[in-house]
Amino acid sequence: MTTSRRTTIAAVIAVASSIALIATGCSSAPSASSNEKVTLTLATFNNFGYNDALLAQYQTLHPNVTIVQNIAKTSDDAQTNLFTKLAAGSGLGDIEAVDGDWMPKVKQYPDKFVDLASAGNKGRYSDWKTAGGTAGSKLIGLGTDIGPEAICYRADLFKAAGLPTAPADVAKLLTGDWNNYYSVGKTFQAAKTGAAWFDSAGATFQGLANQYQNFFEKDDGTVVAATNPDVKAAFQSVLAASATQSAHLAEWSTDWAGGMAKGAYATMLCPAWMLGVIQGDSPAVKDWNIANVFPNGGGNWGGSYLLVPSQGKHTDAAKAFADWLTAPEQQIQAFTVAGTFPSQVAAYKDPTLTGATNAFFNNAPIGTLYIDRAQAVKITPFKGVNYGSVMSAVQNGLTRVEQGQQNVADSWTQVLSDIKALG
Amino acid sequence: MTTSTLPSKPRSPRRIAFSQTLGRWDIKFSPYLYISPFFLLFAIVGLFPLLYTGYVSLHEWDPIGGQGKFVGFDNFAWVFGQRQFWLALRNTMTIFLLSAVPQIIVAILIAAVLDTNLRAKTFWRMGVLLPYIVMPVAVTLIFSQMFSQDYGFINNLLAHFGMAKIAWHTDVLPSQIAIATMVNFRWTGYNALILLAGMQAIPRDLYESASLDGAGPARRFFSITIPQLRPTLIFVIITATIGGLQIFDEPRLFDTGGLPGGASQQWLTLTVYLYNVGWFQSGKFGHAAAIAWILFLVIVAIGIVNVLITRRIASNEGGHKR
Repeated sequence: MTTSRRTTIAAVIAVASSIALIATGCSSAPSASSNEKVTLTLATFNNFGYNDALLAQYQTLHPNVTIVQNIAKTSDDAQTNLFTKLAAGSGLGDIEAVDGDWMPKVKQYPDKFVDLASAGNKGRYSDWKTAGGTAGSKLIGLGTDIGPEAICYRADLFKAAGLPTAPADVAKLLTGDWNNYYSVGKTFQAAKTGAAWFDSAGATFQGLANQYQNFFEKDDGTVVAATNPDVKAAFQSVLAASATQSAHLAEWSTDWAGGMAKGAYATMLCPAWMLGVIQGDSPAVKDWNIANVFPNGGGNWGGSYLLVPSQGKHTDAAKAFADWLTAPEQQIQAFTVAGTFPSQVAAYKDPTLTGATNAFFNNAPIGTLYIDRAQAVKITPFKGVNYGSVMSAVQNGLTRVEQGQQNVADSWTQVLSDIKALG
Repeated sequence: MTTSTLPSKPRSPRRIAFSQTLGRWDIKFSPYLYISPFFLLFAIVGLFPLLYTGYVSLHEWDPIGGQGKFVGFDNFAWVFGQRQFWLALRNTMTIFLLSAVPQIIVAILIAAVLDTNLRAKTFWRMGVLLPYIVMPVAVTLIFSQMFSQDYGFINNLLAHFGMAKIAWHTDVLPSQIAIATMVNFRWTGYNALILLAGMQAIPRDLYESASLDGAGPARRFFSITIPQLRPTLIFVIITATIGGLQIFDEPRLFDTGGLPGGASQQWLTLTVYLYNVGWFQSGKFGHAAAIAWILFLVIVAIGIVNVLITRRIASNEGGHKR
C-alpha cells in the first residue's frame, strides 16, 4: 500500500528506471585496454553454485576484473527483471542467467544479445542444449546445467509402509510407466503411514509434460494445448492419482517446504537441482535417498543458460567470463556446491563428477546416477514463446482441483478459457 | 516598457525602466517560480506518465519491441471482456474494504488513547509507528509464514484450541483477510499518528465547556473530536483509498508458487493483474496500460464518493450547521 497518487504503471516505470539508473551508474567507465579495471555483474537466480571461491578463481586469473553477483530468489523474479530492463534499454547485468523454460521468449530478440560462439566452446554441449541457446545463426546462450530427473524418496516412510528401502530395490520397484508409479503409490497409501505418496499434482504434471515433443505447442509455435489429447489425458490422470496419493501442497508454497521437513510425502520428482532445494528445506531429515529411475523412461526439467546483453559496457570481458564459467571444469565445481548437473558433455568423463556422492542423501552416488538419468532423456520438448503462460494456466487448474475448489471437469473448462485469453 | 522601444528620445530611461520592469516581474512572476518545483515535479512524475500511459493504452505495445499499431479502444474492450479483470476488481474492492475500514476505526481509537495524558507519551507514539518502518516485503514474508495452511502459526494456534483449520491460501475470504491483516499491521499506526496530530490541534476549551455542560467522554468523542477532525479524516481516508486500491506487494508475495494472485484468482488485485498481463504472462503493455487507466478512474470515482460521504457524516454529527 502506497500513498502515491500516480497510476501504478507510472510508479512501476519510475522504480524500474531509477533502479536502472543506479545500476548503470555502478558499471559505467568504458573499457579500452585489456588491463583496465573492469567490474562485471553476474545476475543469477535460485542457486547456480557460483560461490565466492569459484568467482575468486577468475579474479585471480584476471586481476583487473571484479565480479559482483546479484541473485534473484526465483526464476520468475529473474524473468520479470530481465524483460523490464531489456525494455528500459539499460540496467541489466553484464551476464544474465536465463531459465530454459523462458529462453524461447528471450530468443525473440537476438539483436539484444552478443554472439557467444567461439572455437573454445564448439561442441561443448549436446545438440539439443546448443539448439536451445541458438537464435537464428547466433549462439546467444551458453548452457550451464540441465535437470535430468530421478525419484527422491524417504526411506523411513518406505520402511513404515513395508516397501523396500535400498536405492537399487526402489529403482526396480518403480521401473515402468506412470501407472506403475501410481500403483506402487496405492500400495504405499494402503499401509496408512499418514504420509502421502507424492507432493503435488503440479510437480508430477511437470514430469509428464517434459516427456512429449510437442505438448503445448507445435514446432512453429502454434499453441495446441487446448486440442492436444495428451494434455487433457495427463491432466486427468495426474488428478485421478492425486485424489488419493497427493499431499496437495502447491509447489514452492511455504506449506510445501514445511511438508518436506515434516515428512508429509514419501516421494518427489527430483531433477538434479532439486537436491539443493530439498536439503535447504528439510535439513534435519536423515532419510532422504535417490532412486536411479524415472517413470516412463527419462525426463529433463529445467536447466539454464548464461547470456551477455549487448547493452553492457564490457561485452568482451563479459563474453570471456561467461565462456570460462560454462566450461566443464567450472560447471563441475558448481555441481559439487549446488547439484546443478553439467550440460557439458566432456564433464561426464571427469572423475570428480563420476565419483561424486552426496552425504545428505545417504551418500547417493549422484555423479553416476545423474549421468544415467541424463542418458535416459530421449525427447527434447519444444518450448515456444507461450510455454510458460500455458503452463501457468494448467498449473492453476491442477491447484484448483487439489485445493478442492473445483472438480476436474470444471477446472479443465476454465484452463481452456484461460489459455484462450492469452490471445 | 513601451517607452524603451523608442530609441530617438534623448534621455533614455532604459536602465531605470528595466529595473522597474524587473521589479514588476518579481512581484508578478516570482510567486509562480517559488511554487513551480511542485508543479514541475508533478508534471514529470505525475502528469506525463499518466498521459503517456493513456497513449500506450491506445496502441499495441511490446515491452521490448516498443510501439505497435494504433488500435483505439480495443485494449479497453479486451480488458472488459476478461473474466480475471472482473475478479480482480471484486478482490480489490473487498481487500480495500477489509483493510481501510477497520484500519481507520482502529487508528482513531488509538489516536484518542494517545491523546489522553499518558505516561511516556513519546514511547507509545513511536511504538505505534514501528510497524510502518518494517519493509512491506518483510511483513508479507513473515505473515504468509504465519498464515500457512498446514504448518502455520495461526492454524496451529486454532488447532490447539480445538478449532478447525482455516484455508488461508485457498478460500477467498480468508486469503483476503490475511492480506488485509498485513496492510492493517503496517498502516494503522501511521494513520493513528496523523489523526493524533489533528486531535492535538482541537482547542481544549471545547472539551472543558462540554464537560461543564455534563457531556461524558463518549459524547465528547463523537460530538467534538470526530467533527473537529474532519479535514484530517478526509486526508487519511483519501490516502487510504488510493493506497488500498493500489495494493500490490502483499498479494504479489502472499504465495510464491504459480501465477501471482492464486489459482482461482482468490486474491488477484487490479495491480497484480496489471503486472501479470504486462510483465509476467503475455507482455502486452497496451492491455496493461488500459488496466492502469481503468484503475485510475476507479480510484478517482471512489475518492469523490468518499469525500462526499465524509463531509456528510462529519457535518451531520458535528452540530456545526451551515
